[in-house]
Amino acid sequence: MIHCVLHDPDDSVAVVVVEGVTAGTALTGLILDEDRTITLPCVQDIPLGHKVALKDMAVGDTVIKYGVDIGRVVAPIARGGHAHVHNIKTKRW
Amino acid sequence: MQNTFWGYRRENGRVGVRNHVIVLPVDDLANAACEAVAHNIKGAMAIPHPYGRLQFGADLDLHFRTLIGTGANPNVAAVVVIGIEDQWTQKVVDGIRATGKPVAGFGIELHGDHDTIMRASKAAREYVQWASERQRVECPLSDLWVSTKCGESDTTSGCGANPTVGDAFDKLYAQGCTLVFGETTELTGGEQIVAARCRNDQVRAEFMAMFDRYQQVIDRHKTSDLSDSQPTKGNIVGGLTTIEEKALGNIQKIGRKCVVDGVLDKAEAPTGPGLWFMDSSSAAAEMVTLCAASGFVVHFFPTGQGNVIGNPILPVIKICANPRTVRTMSEHVDVDTTGLLQREITMSDAGDALLAMMFRTANGRLTAAEALGHREFVLTRLYESA
Repeated sequence: MIHCVLHDPDDSVAVVVVEGVTAGTALTGLILDEDRTITLPCVQDIPLGHKVALKDMAVGDTVIKYGVDIGRVVAPIARGGHAHVHNIKTKRW
Repeated sequence: MQNTFWGYRRENGRVGVRNHVIVLPVDDLANAACEAVAHNIKGAMAIPHPYGRLQFGADLDLHFRTLIGTGANPNVAAVVVIGIEDQWTQKVVDGIRATGKPVAGFGIELHGDHDTIMRASKAAREYVQWASERQRVECPLSDLWVSTKCGESDTTSGCGANPTVGDAFDKLYAQGCTLVFGETTELTGGEQIVAARCRNDQVRAEFMAMFDRYQQVIDRHKTSDLSDSQPTKGNIVGGLTTIEEKALGNIQKIGRKCVVDGVLDKAEAPTGPGLWFMDSSSAAAEMVTLCAASGFVVHFFPTGQGNVIGNPILPVIKICANPRTVRTMSEHVDVDTTGLLQREITMSDAGDALLAMMFRTANGRLTAAEALGHREFVLTRLYESA
């Protein structure tokens, strides 16, 4: 089963695409642009559609998805953790 | 790839895929009469809306352009126009009549609703019976105008439903179709990617001028970073975090090969085939209404969390890659691309599935939104009335 997908191999987050992903799940991730898979641990429950961090990130870091800047880190994020509005903000507006 | 479809060739050469007779109010005051006519005459459809009085300048121009464009759309066979007064009613009638299709206008003043409804019903009956004898003919795929706009997006939109549209757009572009996308503020964070896809420096400059103008509107009126409205609450529940992330998912709809050939003002008709950018709101019903007014006859609408939108005259095909939405809202989904995210189908397979549904829809299959009676018609306003 594919648990999460990412677009670019250098992305720092991936999207959970199944329901029921919980802390402790061993995740299989599909890199869409390369049609190959990776594995990573999951350290928090993450709902369908929400993002899992692919690496540790510190406040001020730039989050990369689609190979592009999608915002800045405002609270530390651990690899395998839930990455969303509580720890990422827009750089626009 | 299949390269013909069965459509209605109209008097001006354009091809529609529906055969509607509409009863179109010029203003809010004419809604009741229009709805009465549509009640009297089976097969005539009223398109009520809340505006049309005391507008002026560019906002009034857009109002007329949207109403005339809706009546002129080749998915419409004939039009009955009703307004409170004769002059603005006649302006809409004249605009639609330029296409050569049957159109009649009725002003309510000096007649009242009863007499207006009676006379307009007679015209509508004649049009419905006339339209019922129009026949579909085989048309080249290049005669098909296809629009796209996504809604209630989530992260599955950007990796599943939107790139499915992108794959289909790349294939339709190669066939010489006329295509449009828009949603100006929802390109924020990905505007340079769109700019790089523009055909030449002139188109690029026109696109960036439209993008920058809309950013100034946001900056002028914003009270926050818009994290309460763009992304929407529904987007955030679905996992989208920032406008940049939403925009990069949005841009997947224009594929990887097709080029942005030109830009359009709201409800402006394109002047040739290719991919066009229309400066527009990202609100679903506003954008789809503008696409219909620009003359597009089939719409691709990818969704993640499950948008239910339709349009009175433009068939809206819903594409979804979110397995929970497909399970809980299946009556709204025309094309299920959940297999993409489990590596069960390729992106090209998904695009082909959408194109297969596009041909079925163009040939007459009712979309989910049509079967469910979704007829959202929302006029874009630029500023306050006088």
